Amino acid sequence: MNWLIIVTGLVFGLGAVLLVKFGNPGNYGFCAACQLRDIAGALGIHSVATLQYARPEIIGFILGAFGLSRFSGEFRPRGGSNPVLRFILGMAMMIGALVFLGCPLRAILRVAGGDLNGLTALAGFIAGIGVGVVFLKRGFNLGRAHIYTGGMQITGYLAAAAALVLLIAVSMGAGFLNFSAKGPGSMHAPIIISLLAGLAAGALAGRTRMCLSGGFRDYMLIRDTTLLKIYGVMFLAALAGNLYFGFFKLGFENQPLAHTMHIWNFLGLFLTGLAATLAGGCPLRQMIMAGEGNTDAMFCVLGMLAGAGVAHNLNAAGSAAGVGINGQIAVVLGIAVISALGYVYREKLVPISKGV
Amino acid sequence: MANTLDLRGLSCPIPLIRTKDALAGTETISVVVDEPPAKENIIKFAKSQNFRVECSEANGEYTINISK
Repeated sequence: MNWLIIVTGLVFGLGAVLLVKFGNPGNYGFCAACQLRDIAGALGIHSVATLQYARPEIIGFILGAFGLSRFSGEFRPRGGSNPVLRFILGMAMMIGALVFLGCPLRAILRVAGGDLNGLTALAGFIAGIGVGVVFLKRGFNLGRAHIYTGGMQITGYLAAAAALVLLIAVSMGAGFLNFSAKGPGSMHAPIIISLLAGLAAGALAGRTRMCLSGGFRDYMLIRDTTLLKIYGVMFLAALAGNLYFGFFKLGFENQPLAHTMHIWNFLGLFLTGLAATLAGGCPLRQMIMAGEGNTDAMFCVLGMLAGAGVAHNLNAAGSAAGVGINGQIAVVLGIAVISALGYVYREKLVPISKGV
Repeated sequence: MANTLDLRGLSCPIPLIRTKDALAGTETISVVVDEPPAKENIIKFAKSQNFRVECSEANGEYTINISK
């Protein structure tokens, strides 16, 4: 196994447990959905007072991927592949993840902490990817992105610039950001530790193309397990860390930031898996690509922020008490809408030169 | 001369799917991509299927020649 796979898995797995040790809520070291939802709260996109903090882990993901891509020459501003649809896919990804209470990455971290609800959600995630792969095989395509040249290149820097502004603001306790006084949003590791963990994780995720929907998708398409191995190492590292620190608690009940409504855990990440497969990457991967200058991925992340606002303002997010009727309607509606888009958006490609 | 598929600008994993589909009907093909992950995935897949692979880069675009 490639050393980069092992290092990436260790940084994500042990990093996640250490972030909990330093103050993050349980099984909440890294989460590309919930932590972005907390940023949405900090920015006032939703008004749940206990879920507001501009998480430096997410800022680090974007800046780490940006820094490494600039260094390696892979930073290339590009976009133009149906940003509106990508915004909608991002919203759907977030709505599904917030019904389950976690992105696919956190689903694995939850299982590594003994929370078996993560298994139900991962089964749904894989099923959603399976449906997405069917649409891809039928010819689903959002159209071509284009490399930006000249002054247009500045748009590729927007995600990193926004992350930098947010980093300065959260470091200074800026007045325009909300900070939770109690609840999960008030629980966090020191900013510098969260930031360093995010930067390392973001750079490694960019280098390895780490993506959980991509991992299962590649296995379904060509039996390639490279990406899945990263998550395997991450799971083992987090499991070892949780056992060492005494965080491990096996079962479905009374798990941190979780509920036991199995069908909605399954369908929540089913929606996330379906939307992620059509968008070309899971929530984490979208943030990494946004940092690397991909403005389509940036629109997807903006859609995730909006999705967090919709989920919480319409009371459609899950909670420790479970998933209310609004959340159930949102997930079913989301699956119907994204499936319809998957069916409709097709493009036939022809060879640019025909052999003789 | 081989067919050339223009797969520039397409999201993952569409370049890989289109290459795989094309290789089901022919043993020689050229593909053009502009994303390093797409290039890596296509080369990895073609090699796993025992194809010969040559890749050249010009102006941020990769031309991958695949043959038996």
